[in-house]
Amino acid sequence: MEVPILKQGAVLIATFQAALSDADLNHLRMGLVQQVVKFRSRAVIVDVTAMDVMDSFASRTLREIAHMIRLRGAETVIVGIQPEVAFAMVQLGLTLEGVATALDLEEGLAYLTQKFKNTD
Amino acid sequence: MSKRDSSSKDSGARNNPGVDLVRSEAPSELLRELVAHLRQNRTQLREEWVVRITETRLLTAMTKEEIFAEATSVYDSYVEALETEAFEALQAYARNLSERIIPRGVETHEVVGIVLLLRDVLARSLFAKYQTDFKKLNRILDAYEPAANRIANTVAVGFVQERERVIRQQQEAIRELSTPVLQVRERLLILPIIGVIDPQRARQLTEQLLRGIRTNRAKVVVIDITGVAAMDLTVANNLVQTVEASRLLGATVIVTGLSPEIAQTLVTIGVDLGKMNTVGDLQGGIEQAERLLGYKVEKLAEPR
Repeated sequence: MEVPILKQGAVLIATFQAALSDADLNHLRMGLVQQVVKFRSRAVIVDVTAMDVMDSFASRTLREIAHMIRLRGAETVIVGIQPEVAFAMVQLGLTLEGVATALDLEEGLAYLTQKFKNTD
Repeated sequence: MSKRDSSSKDSGARNNPGVDLVRSEAPSELLRELVAHLRQNRTQLREEWVVRITETRLLTAMTKEEIFAEATSVYDSYVEALETEAFEALQAYARNLSERIIPRGVETHEVVGIVLLLRDVLARSLFAKYQTDFKKLNRILDAYEPAANRIANTVAVGFVQERERVIRQQQEAIRELSTPVLQVRERLLILPIIGVIDPQRARQLTEQLLRGIRTNRAKVVVIDITGVAAMDLTVANNLVQTVEASRLLGATVIVTGLSPEIAQTLVTIGVDLGKMNTVGDLQGGIEQAERLLGYKVEKLAEPR
């Protein structure tokens, strides 16, 4: 199942609907990296609220997305990681270091708004 | 020594036909005689015992009246146990007694001590009573000693078992005592950790904190570990994991109250604290958290 990418002002929002296959994740990665320049976006929010399992591939892909998007001149915020998922991730050593995180979409947008205000 | 003993016994048997009679007495009859003696001299022996307890400075946590009251019931149970040779009642009494005196801080050596004192006091009274009749004394002691030792054993074991039960209960209570996750300001949580952290508790703590972050929509969490006495590698890693997991939920963690000993341990075992934000005390931690959240706390006037 493909992940829709929504444009909201200077921000791209990708919301995971359910557990995704590896192919879907690769597809999402390419889509985001292409569109972030196409729409001249300043940031990308990846909402993983619906994911109740985060395996190492998904976690690595998220980190890669964040790093690629930084190279493309924008920032990534991962939002909506469930408490159980977060606990499982740190136990596996998947800590998404260097990637901004926020509680949910609202928080992520607030974080970015604040950040844009500071850099403008 | 034994030779002389046996010869004196023989001569005693020859000189005094009554000894043979005594020898043929069943131990239970001797015990009955003993019990009668102890009942007769109850007041005096009990008082002597209490005096000895006070002299040896046992049961200092209790008042004199309490000691006397307990001594009376212990004495009666003791005599009863000697008489019936049924230790269940004594066992129950010992457990009941332990239940009452353990919270007062009575130690194991005191309980064992008083029972041994009673044994000694009673033995002395037997010496005094039968000093003219050495054979009979021996026989009485033969009957008395095993029973007395068994009583001492029963009471001591009962006390220790009760103590262990209390300890187990307390451990359970500590484990069940959920560490509270408290909101002190909007979006600011504090998590005071007190006592020993084992992996199981660390896991419970982390889960509780993560759930707390979600329900309170917290942005900053202050974990105060002033009340944590020691920390080993496992616990330190658990703490680092808690910090990382909180970050995944978008919350910043400030750890406060690291004691010099814990700081020393963490440096020695080389835990990576680079990701951790630490502040000396809880107050400093809350102040920093308020700064992060954009609060400014101002004093309006001098307190009255």
